Amino acid sequence: MAGNTLELKRISASAAPPPGIRETPVLAKYIDTTTCIGCKACEVACQQWNDLPPETTVQIGTYQTMPDMTANFWNLIRFSEYEDEGGFHWFMRKDQCMHCGDPGCLKACPAPGAIVQYVNGIVDFQQDQCIGCGYCMAGCPFNIPKLSSKTKTVYKCTLCVDRVAVGLEPACIKACPTGCLQFGTKAQLLEIAAKRVGQLREGGFKEAGIYDPPGVGGTSVVTVLAHADRPEIYGLPANPSIPLAVSFWKAPLKWLGNIAMIGGIVGTAIHYLRYGAKHAEGHTEGPAERPPESRAS
Amino acid sequence: MILRYTLKERIVHWVAGFVYVYLLLTGLAFYTPKLYWLAVALGGGTTSREWHPWAGLVFVAATVFMYRMWAADMRITDADREWSRAIGRYVRNEDAHLPPVGRYNAGQKYFFWLMFLGGALLLISGVAMWFTASIPWSLRWLRHAAVLVHVSAGLATIGGFIIHVYMGTAVVRGGFTSIVRGEVSEEWARTHHRMWKR
Ligand code: HEM
Ligand code: SF4
Ligand code: SF4
Repeated sequence: MAGNTLELKRISASAAPPPGIRETPVLAKYIDTTTCIGCKACEVACQQWNDLPPETTVQIGTYQTMPDMTANFWNLIRFSEYEDEGGFHWFMRKDQCMHCGDPGCLKACPAPGAIVQYVNGIVDFQQDQCIGCGYCMAGCPFNIPKLSSKTKTVYKCTLCVDRVAVGLEPACIKACPTGCLQFGTKAQLLEIAAKRVGQLREGGFKEAGIYDPPGVGGTSVVTVLAHADRPEIYGLPANPSIPLAVSFWKAPLKWLGNIAMIGGIVGTAIHYLRYGAKHAEGHTEGPAERPPESRAS
Repeated sequence: MILRYTLKERIVHWVAGFVYVYLLLTGLAFYTPKLYWLAVALGGGTTSREWHPWAGLVFVAATVFMYRMWAADMRITDADREWSRAIGRYVRNEDAHLPPVGRYNAGQKYFFWLMFLGGALLLISGVAMWFTASIPWSLRWLRHAAVLVHVSAGLATIGGFIIHVYMGTAVVRGGFTSIVRGEVSEEWARTHHRMWKR
């Protein structure tokens, strides 16, 4: 979270803000998994810039720092080993929030303003508005938001919105020694990525490609994969989208419920006006005591 | 006067009633941003989120008590099915043309079972939502199913609740007094529950 003056595009649990007239390019980070050397400089830079407390590393039998990101650890290099006809592969992929164009976390969130999307594409959690319900953890297709047991609010990569807002590049990108991480407008980065994919294909990686899944409106993370036909082997979902259950919950189910509740209240009111109360035999309460059948209808 | 509800029955009913209304208001605040102000009025979003599940446990406890007190009276019989077929007459206040009923009519019985089953579903799904973060990613369908079940069951009980409150206060005069003070008149018992004290 960061207080800043960036324009907003979407706000959780709120009417959409008016569209700005200024044309703002969507920003993104570029991750080339084929030139990442797994040095984890980005992990350290993220911890350092965001002033996060040290997290205990957990040995899981690979070079990976811990099994999954945590509320205090937003940037994780995932190491995976994979074998196929082509031989043995060792993959390193920088994992963090994908900053979806159509963020499932934001759609699921019930707290106004707890999740915002800036016009530059950054999706950011505002912990002071977050109520800790965890709905975003059901809405995100990438398993990103993490609930802090200490603050009872949710955290994830901010794409260093506080740096970006003042014209700096994110800390992870600043720290990367190989240039496999870059920052810029998404359009620029897609061009760079296309060039890199061309090189890879020439070099024999026939299935090289860009991971920018349309199911979530594209992401502000442009990832180059040598085996883009099988993103699962990098731990990426093949066709991510906002879970159907979440879309159903937030639209048709809500309308149905609203109609049913308003219908129930209106229905009972009309019933009362038309039929009124039932009275016990022998009660005398005044004129309303006429037997119901004799009432004008 | 005839005793319809003992003090214990009344206490349990009102614990369930007040807690349900709290659950309803805080739940609706999360259900739609248009009603989020309810959570703000009830102490803020974080407080409402924190207390809603605990209130849910109290509601379920009260429901278990009600089950133990009333389940025997709530069994659906053939007479109830006959009554249900003629429910249109009940709706039109033509009660004289209905089969006589015991302590509860079929509508009340169905409402009881709706709340009982709804409460069970709300508990199971609610606990899953309470601890979403502990549901492993490989079982994420549980995170999704929990919200759908919770909302659907919540809406079903809300429908029953609206009719229950309306009938108990506006339509069946004397019903509200009976669950507050415990007593009803003989005429009331004879009119609305002829087979009850025979
Ligand atoms: C039986 C025990 C119950 C438990 C453990 C429970 C738990 C929860 C939890 C954890 C949430 C997520 C928000 C939060 O953390 O506060 C929630 C939401 C909700 N609950 Fe419950 N609850 C229970 C009973 C009820 C009842 C009786 C109602 C009656 C209407 C209800 C209606 C709702 C609604 C409408 C929502 C919001 C759903 C949405 O966001 O669309 N709950 N509940
Ligand atoms: S945990 Fe916070 S950010 Fe996530 S959905 Fe709930 S209120 Fe929104
Ligand atoms: S990756 Fe998850 S947390 Fe990040 S923007 Fe997309 S839905 Fe939200």
